[in-house]
Formats: sequence, structure tokens, C-alpha cells
Amino acid sequence: MNNPQLNKNGEMQHLLTIEGLPRGMINHILDTAENFLNPVDREVKKVPLLRGKAIFNLFFEPSTRTRTTFEIAAKKLSADVINLNVGASSTSKGETLLDTVDNLTAMQADMFVVRHAQSGAAHLIARHVQPHIHVVNAGDGRHAHPTQGLLDMFTIRYFKKEFHNLRVAIVGDVLHSRVARSQICALTTLGVPEVRVIAPKTLLPAGIERMGVQVYHDMLQGLKDVDVVIMLRLQNERMRGALLPSAQEYFKYYGLTLDKLALAKPDAIVMHPGPMNRGVEIDSDVADGAQSVILAQVTFGIAVRMAVMSILAGSHAA
Amino acid sequence: MKIHIKNGYLVDPKNGVDGQFDIFVAAGKVVSFGKEPDGFQANRIIDATGLTVCPGLIDLSARLREPGYEYMATLESEMAAAVAGGITTLVCPPDTDPPLDEPGLVEMLKYRAKSLNQARVFPLGALTQKLEGARITEMAELRDAGCIGFSQADAPLVDTQVLWRAMQYAATFDFTVWLRPQDAHLAKGGVAHDGEVASRLGLAGIPASAESVAMATILTLVRETGARVHFCRLSTRTGVEMLRAAKADGLPVTADISVHAAHLCEMDIGFFDANCHLIPPLRSQRDRDGLRQGLADGTVDAVCSDHAPVDDDAKFLPFAEAEPGATGLELLLPLTLKWAREMNLPLSTAIAKITAAPACVLGLNAGNLAPGQPADLTLFDPDQYWKIEPHALKSQGKNTPFSGVELQGKVRMTLVEGHVVYESV
Repeated sequence: MNNPQLNKNGEMQHLLTIEGLPRGMINHILDTAENFLNPVDREVKKVPLLRGKAIFNLFFEPSTRTRTTFEIAAKKLSADVINLNVGASSTSKGETLLDTVDNLTAMQADMFVVRHAQSGAAHLIARHVQPHIHVVNAGDGRHAHPTQGLLDMFTIRYFKKEFHNLRVAIVGDVLHSRVARSQICALTTLGVPEVRVIAPKTLLPAGIERMGVQVYHDMLQGLKDVDVVIMLRLQNERMRGALLPSAQEYFKYYGLTLDKLALAKPDAIVMHPGPMNRGVEIDSDVADGAQSVILAQVTFGIAVRMAVMSILAGSHAA
Repeated sequence: MKIHIKNGYLVDPKNGVDGQFDIFVAAGKVVSFGKEPDGFQANRIIDATGLTVCPGLIDLSARLREPGYEYMATLESEMAAAVAGGITTLVCPPDTDPPLDEPGLVEMLKYRAKSLNQARVFPLGALTQKLEGARITEMAELRDAGCIGFSQADAPLVDTQVLWRAMQYAATFDFTVWLRPQDAHLAKGGVAHDGEVASRLGLAGIPASAESVAMATILTLVRETGARVHFCRLSTRTGVEMLRAAKADGLPVTADISVHAAHLCEMDIGFFDANCHLIPPLRSQRDRDGLRQGLADGTVDAVCSDHAPVDDDAKFLPFAEAEPGATGLELLLPLTLKWAREMNLPLSTAIAKITAAPACVLGLNAGNLAPGQPADLTLFDPDQYWKIEPHALKSQGKNTPFSGVELQGKVRMTLVEGHVVYESV
């Protein structure tokens, strides 16, 4: 099975998923991101690398945070950014996904940043576009959110330096989470020896252990001695079906509180891809506490997205 | 018209014929094979040197898309594809638009098909009106119009009381009920096998239990009602095991699998290949091996093309939104031969699964070359390799997971009732 995001020379043509990305490539992205970040005040530099390039933010699904960080990243690279909230325009008029892409290509696009509710949408677009166009997956259904996965790796590396000696726990709705899938692919590729997922059986996809993780249903056991705790967002609509009985019961057994966090290593960090549901998956004391690195993730996200876009455009500084 | 097909290798599994025999056809019927009948004066002599001659193939499921979905395929295109694939008899499911729930629709379809003078078409009537799963259809009238059995196709039949009554009613007239076992609730929203690949790709899963739960219900009602049931497109190893046990208990059940399921599994989806979006979903490798074995040992009676032509636009969509189905009429023979070769089974076993066995499911005296039988014949080169080039397929559906793959076994000529309906140049 050839990896559709690499070109014949093994270079990254698109970023669609972390699955199948070589470890060296991931490290290269993280190193490049580091170059964009001032080591002292963590400020992100502005550079002229993508001057004259047109980057289209193509969001078929509403998102504020991800779209904004992509927009900031593109502007820091001096690119021209066009935001399209496609969900509200063409598709509702019956235009197909690929027709939309064709039309935008005709408007001289160099790169598409795509968010879509269906798993595989970014792959479909990448297969369809002309060879000079790059596609960045900004989240497709439950499948992947590779820039989020990469910024999470950047965050872990920033605070923990190495990957080979870590225990990482991912807690919550893995079933519906593209973020969790990208994190698992990244963590296992980077050589984290122990990746745990903690969730009730209703929120775990079938055969998740085949992705190289250890499954825990008891959060108290799963958090024991971990270095990194990653909390996943739980959407309210999950409470409406047969997956979970109530937000209260979920918080009691799978919400992160200071008491539960005490089971992890004393220097464990707490991460969350956002947006958070305080009191559902995470207690405010933890979210705002000393071990939380949630806001650092957001800043790093800009540098990592700059790295991805500049590497794709083939004009990175490194 | 008298035809003498000479120097061919004749395979007729039903009659145990497997050897170098000439075959003689007159007035649309098989006269004899082996020795030339006294005074036989052929109008046409067909040289079948190097070719295998077998009964015309019988396909238990081919969607022709008429009426209602002519943008996907037409009777003309799909009948041409059938005979190019060596298929002389096919069963079409009732999920057309409107569904085949009224005798007039069935008569029209039969008439349209017959006027094309190619393969024989046996429609399945809808089991419930509009396939909505609420009210049963006029089954006896539909039978008189030409339906060979009754089916829900892929439409759910959630209400088990309706299923129970439909089976009772069908049993009254000794009709066969064709059901694809899938529990509608367990399958809700799913687009791929609930396993490793769907989990990795973030696709909503259909658990294997959706099939076994439905089979348990249906088998219970078979015992209760005495209805004869044909299970369509089994997809799981457990399903095959349940079928084996039911047959051992003497229940009047038969089953088929799709030829795709005999070769492909969830892994073939790769990175969202919409050509592998099929119904039922491609399951695990272990399930696939169970299906292959079940077909070999006769638990599964027959293999079908599960032909479902889809237009390109409907496939160029994200996996879950892409229209399920694959073109199959022209691939049934080579893929069945491939299965038999890989299982170390003789050619006659492969042929049986697409001739005599499906005839038996249909309760037809067909799929064999006994003297007096209609001369439905397929001549193919069992050794010839050919590459599956979608644009070269006769079917209007170009969607196949086997695009670009080289397969062995190519149809060279097809006869229906003694008429040459397909001949490759």
C-alpha cells in the first residue's frame, strides 16, 4: 500500500495522516517548527517563506480555533490566505466536493487546508488535485487531524525532551476522535514504549489495541505513573444515544480531577486538544492548574502548522 | 440451425462430464455430446480448440438498474455485459425505482429483457410493498408475472412480525424468500466492517454480529414457518457456521456469497478506496477465509457477481458517502476460477458454483448440458490472462476493486438457446 501523501522521492506532497509518515519526517517537522519559535518567550516569528502563495482554508465543517491557527500560521509565513466556509455556501447548493475544489484551483490556489465531516475527504481531494497543489488535512471525520497530532508531539517533546522513556495516557472518546488516532500514530512512530487509552468500552473502536495501545477501562489504574495525560473532548451529543448514560456519571469515572491526576507522575503534564468541556471531561482545577500545558499547545500549533506548510511548499528554511 | 462445437473441453458438473467432447445443438437445444448423431448436418461448425465449453453461467444477483436508475446503467448495457461475461441467466433484485412490487413492473422488465434476446432474466419480487418492510406484496400475482422468489434486497426489515408473516405467506405457496441477513439496528450508520481497518480510518463500523443476530432470527422463523430461505451475500465466518448447522438440522436453507467477498477483505480498503465500499462490507481476512472454505465444502451453495454498476460521480466522494457496489458481471468467471485455483479445486468445482449450484438454488432444471436442455453455452479460454481495464468493460459500471489486475480466464463465445449472443474478436 503506497502512501498517498509522499511523492516519488519520498518527500511530503500532502499531509493527510500521520499513519505511514517516517519518524525522520516527523522529527523534521518538529525541528522546523522549533526554528519558528523564539526559545525564550515562545513567540512565533514572521518570515517571508511563502510570499506570493495562495492558501485556501477550505472548511466544510465549522471550526474557529483550527481555522484561525492555520490562518495565523499562513500569515506568519507571508502567504495570502483565503478563508472559505464552504459548509454554508456551495455544498448546500448541490455542488460536489470535487467541483468546489476544481473551482478554487482555477482561482490559482497553491495549497488547500481542508476540514470535512467525512473520514477520507482529504485523501479524496489529494487524489484529485493537480500535482502542484498541496493538501493539508485539518481534520476529516473521525479519521485524522495530523497537525493536531504533530503539535501535541511538539508539546510533549518541549516538556519531556525524549519519547523513548514515556508513558502516555489518552483518556475519553477515542471512538469519535480523529485527534486520538493521529496522536496514537505519532506516539507509536516516535517510539513511545507505552501508550494507554482509557475509556468505557462504548467509546473505544473495535480492535484499537491493533494500533499499538494498551486498553484501560479503569482510569485509576490507567493513570498510574504516566508522564503525559491527554484528555479528549466529549461532545454533548454522545449523551443522547446509548453510548453514555449521563455527563455526571462520565465525569465521575472518566473526568480528570486533581485527585486522579495525583496518580500520575508528579511532573506529569496535562494536555487537551480543545475546546474543553469543563466539568465533563476535565475539572477546572486541572485545566488551569500547574501541570496543564493546554495553552502552550495552542501557541505551538502555530509554529507546527508553519512548519508543515513551509515544508510542503518546498521552501522551508532548514 | 444446427451447430457442431468441436475440439472443446466439455465441463458439465451436474452430469459428471469432464473431458474432450464435441457437442451438437439443434433447434436451440442440446442434442448430444461426444458422438455425432446420425445424419447431423451442421449449419455452423465452431472450433473450440483450447477452449472450455460449459453450461451458460447463472448469476444469482445482478442489478440492472432498470427501472429508475438508468443513469447508472441500462438493460442494454448490462445485458451485453452479462453475455460478455458468459452469463446466460441472471437474477435481479427488486430494489429498482419503483421497486418490483407490482406485477406490471415485473412483466415490463421481463418483456424488455426478452426483447433484447440475450441473457434470461429472473426478477426477484419485493417481499414488502415499496420495500418498506410494513405490508407484504401480492406474491402469487408477482410469481405469475415471472418472479422467481421474494426479497427485501438491501432494504431493512426491522419489524420481525412482518418478517414472520411474510415467511408464512411465502411458505403457503412454496416460494423462496431471499434475505441478506443484517440486523438493521446493529448496522445503523455503518459503512465498513467494524474492525481494525474501520477503526484506523475512522469509519463507522458494521459489526459481524449484525449478520449472526439476523441469521438467528431468520433461522428461528424458518423452523417456525417452514419457509424456504436463501441467504444472500453471507459475509462472516460465523454466518457460514450457522448455515452449516442449519443445513445439518435439515432446514430448507441455501446461501450465496459475492465473488468479491471470496477474494477481498477489509485491508483492501487501503486509504479509502471507494471501490471497496460494498454491501455487505468487506470483512476480516479470517471471515474471508471462512467464506472461501464454506464455498469449497458446499455449505455455501453458490457464488454470484453481486453486480452493482455505479456511475463515477457517485464513487468520487468520501468513502462513507460513495455509493456502494461494484461491477461484476464480466468478472464472475475469472474470479471464480481464481478462487478454485487458489483452493486447489478442480475446474469442474469452479464451474459448478456458477452453473448447476445456482440452478439448484433457483429450483430450475438448468445449468447443465443434458440432451434436450436449452443450448445455453459458454466457451472460454481458461488460460488466457487479461487485464481488467474499466473502460473496456461492457457494463456501464466501471467501478471495480480489480481495476488494473490481471485475471485468468476469458469468455470467447456465449450462446443462449443455440444463438450466438456474444463472440469476442
